[in-house]
Amino acid sequence: MKLRGPPMLLKIEKRAEYSKTMVYLTPIIALVLTVLSSIVLFESLGVNPIEALYQFFIAPLDTKYEFSELFVKATPLILCAIGLSVGFRANVWNIGAEGQLTMGAIVGSSLFIYFPETDSIFLLPAMIVMGALGGAAWAAIPAFFKTRFNANEILTSLMLVYVALLILSLLIHGPWRDPAGFNFPESETFSDSASMPILISGTRMHFGTLMALLAVFGAWIMMARTLIGFQVKVIGEAPRAGGYAGFSRKKIIWFTLLFAGALSGIAGLSEVSGPIGQVVPSISPGYGFTAIIVAFLGRLHPVGIFFAGLLMALTYLGGETAQINLGLPVAVTGVFQGMVLFFLLACDVLVHYRFRLNIARKVTSQ
Amino acid sequence: MNGNEGGTPQLELRGITKAYPGCLANDHIDLKIMPGEIHALLGENGAGKSTLVKTIYGVLQADEGEIIWAGSPVTIPNPHTARKIGIGMVFQHFSLFEAMTVTENIALGMSGRQDMKILERDIIEVSNSYGLPLEPNRQVHTLSVGEKQRIEIVRCLLQKPKLLIMDEPTSVLTPQEAEKMFETLRRLSGEGVSILYISHKLDEIKELCHKATILRGGKYISECDPTKETAKSLAEMMIGTNLRAPEHHETANGGPIRLKVRDLSIDADVEFGVNLNAINFDVRSGEIFGIAGVAGNGQIELLSALSGETICRNPDTIMLDGKPIGRLGPNPRRDLGLAFVPEDRLGHGSVPEMLLTENAFLSGYSRMALLNGGFINNSSTAEYASEIVKEFDVRTPGIHHTASSLSGGNLQKFIVGREVLQKPGILIVAHPTWGVDAGAAAFIHQTLIDLAEAGAAVLVVSQDLDELFAISDRIAVIAEGRLSVGRELNEITIEEIGLLMGGTHGMGETAGAADVA
Repeated sequence: MKLRGPPMLLKIEKRAEYSKTMVYLTPIIALVLTVLSSIVLFESLGVNPIEALYQFFIAPLDTKYEFSELFVKATPLILCAIGLSVGFRANVWNIGAEGQLTMGAIVGSSLFIYFPETDSIFLLPAMIVMGALGGAAWAAIPAFFKTRFNANEILTSLMLVYVALLILSLLIHGPWRDPAGFNFPESETFSDSASMPILISGTRMHFGTLMALLAVFGAWIMMARTLIGFQVKVIGEAPRAGGYAGFSRKKIIWFTLLFAGALSGIAGLSEVSGPIGQVVPSISPGYGFTAIIVAFLGRLHPVGIFFAGLLMALTYLGGETAQINLGLPVAVTGVFQGMVLFFLLACDVLVHYRFRLNIARKVTSQ
Repeated sequence: MNGNEGGTPQLELRGITKAYPGCLANDHIDLKIMPGEIHALLGENGAGKSTLVKTIYGVLQADEGEIIWAGSPVTIPNPHTARKIGIGMVFQHFSLFEAMTVTENIALGMSGRQDMKILERDIIEVSNSYGLPLEPNRQVHTLSVGEKQRIEIVRCLLQKPKLLIMDEPTSVLTPQEAEKMFETLRRLSGEGVSILYISHKLDEIKELCHKATILRGGKYISECDPTKETAKSLAEMMIGTNLRAPEHHETANGGPIRLKVRDLSIDADVEFGVNLNAINFDVRSGEIFGIAGVAGNGQIELLSALSGETICRNPDTIMLDGKPIGRLGPNPRRDLGLAFVPEDRLGHGSVPEMLLTENAFLSGYSRMALLNGGFINNSSTAEYASEIVKEFDVRTPGIHHTASSLSGGNLQKFIVGREVLQKPGILIVAHPTWGVDAGAAAFIHQTLIDLAEAGAAVLVVSQDLDELFAISDRIAVIAEGRLSVGRELNEITIEEIGLLMGGTHGMGETAGAADVA
């Protein structure tokens, strides 16, 4: 028998069924590739790559305080990413978590701003609820336009990020500015009853981290075991099958956007009531956008998102350390995060396809 | 070489072998087609027909074996090369861009740049001369399955191929249209074009084809002259066992009316959709009511109105066991005992990338009580899925595999099984055996008949008249959104139905009169 094949030897072949192993393996492959590429990157920047990687990934975890900082940074990432991931499962592409986070921070802190004297123990819970409502309300706008006019939620949710940031700026340069603050664009510092309780003294680790863990478990159970989670998955995978089963696509669009908005809002409120302690012009260094990477790196699975959130938090910390100790530009953090997402999306082809060497061989039928 | 013809074959395959992970789809298959020959390729689903023709068309590469085209060995690395040497193919599953127009789709499937104006004119010319009406400027997503297939056929014919591969081309045509299409194929054959013809319809093959190659389980079984065989002997060669026709039961006229549809009119919500126009019919307990018609005449709209995916304006339009259900969604209707098997198995009747357990849950969660205080009851869902797999002979390595890993026939058995096990009072089935192998088709037919005999009302919408005649008690025809009066099986002939299927184009007054009557 003669082999008549294409000249190339390596070929890509669709798997009969998606590979479970690869679903778990691709994030690791992506990370390995990121590390390899960053070695090249550091080398070309004239920095010893081993030293740089040490500064990035090991040095930030040296002490208990620094270790706790990991959770401080991961908290908003995880909260936003959990919300986004549920939407992504339903093919609802909300990329405006940053805006929903900002709106949650604004609406949540308004309680303190307008009632600064209150020392009720209900102030913080009320602020958390208001934060969730603020984020959800901001996400309701793309939901309305999507369900009513079929407007693309990618555009509407993204544009609303900038609107939210401008509203924050307007407030903080105007009515919310601390009269005793020497004209700095900052609000009054939050009182104790408006601040997140600290979990471990001597660190900045706060109650928000517990809420993030709760969100992880809640979303896990919701997606794996409840009807609404099932509906989200069906609408995302096969909308017509969803219609056949009697699930409403509009309802799912509303649900996923409000859910993501509420969690992002809580994330924003946790930042102003937690590590920041007051309302400032920039509440987040792009947590809402990095959360998109976290969601995908975590395979849109709550537990995966938990670990991905910690990893991305590490890149924030590592970026700072590398900046201080090695004089690397802050953009390195962004490059790092970008590479992770890029390699992850590239590796995802392995979930549905396999590479095979095209060698003539006998295969016996079963 | 070939003793009786003596010339050079247009296409010869020698020892084509193609392995997929875990299965040998083609095991040393030989095939020879002479110029002008209409050659049938027969076999059950999974016999390796699709793999073989995809190899010829350059979509797949054989692991072993030779392709000889007009006497010289060739390599066909891609469909582009296949088209260039004169091979055209009409796929069973369409490869069309839904958001583009008919002309754009055809232009994409052709080699080189196209002048859209000229192409449009050619499309109209070819489609008219071969009896395959097409509107060049319509968007593909608004077309029915049948119309989409016409695009594929016209696309091939435009390229004036030397070998035309057709994968079940007539399954969406009326008998008259199929007859017209045979004339087209015979004309092409007379012009020297070879045709490789895949079909499950054995009578059709006997009528049309000069030669037949039979495959079973990836292996070459035999080559025969179909005109000298009976449909039964062909089928038996194909499936390797004796075939049993579905047992037809006595017509149960006396049963109470379970589904009653009155004055159902719906304006289509998509452009070029078909408006339903005052549809009336009843389905009685113990009866199988068949609705025939060419694709794109309102079947999609009617099915969607019956399943609850489209809500009617007036609740009394559809009555289920005397209850008005016109304004209810799919779930409340299901709770009242209405089950539905949609036309599209993947993506409508099931979620392709979800497990069989999840797909069992999809339509069964309410009626089978698979929810436990808001939570999915995994063990009873798994039990239900296993029961479907067992009772309906679904061949799968296990219930924790995705729906898309099943073959068409097995997935259809799974979906039918899922609905039947919910013990519906009325079952609505769209195209129950479209693209399903003979063995699975017979099983599904028997299932529907048994369900009706147990007292359910069964509504079957199909384009396959042989199927409708084999299982229905009464048949009506849908054409251009209107439904003819249902007639007893013994009062109507295939020819009459064919004329009704032509709708107002052919028999406008008869169809209109029937509608009023």
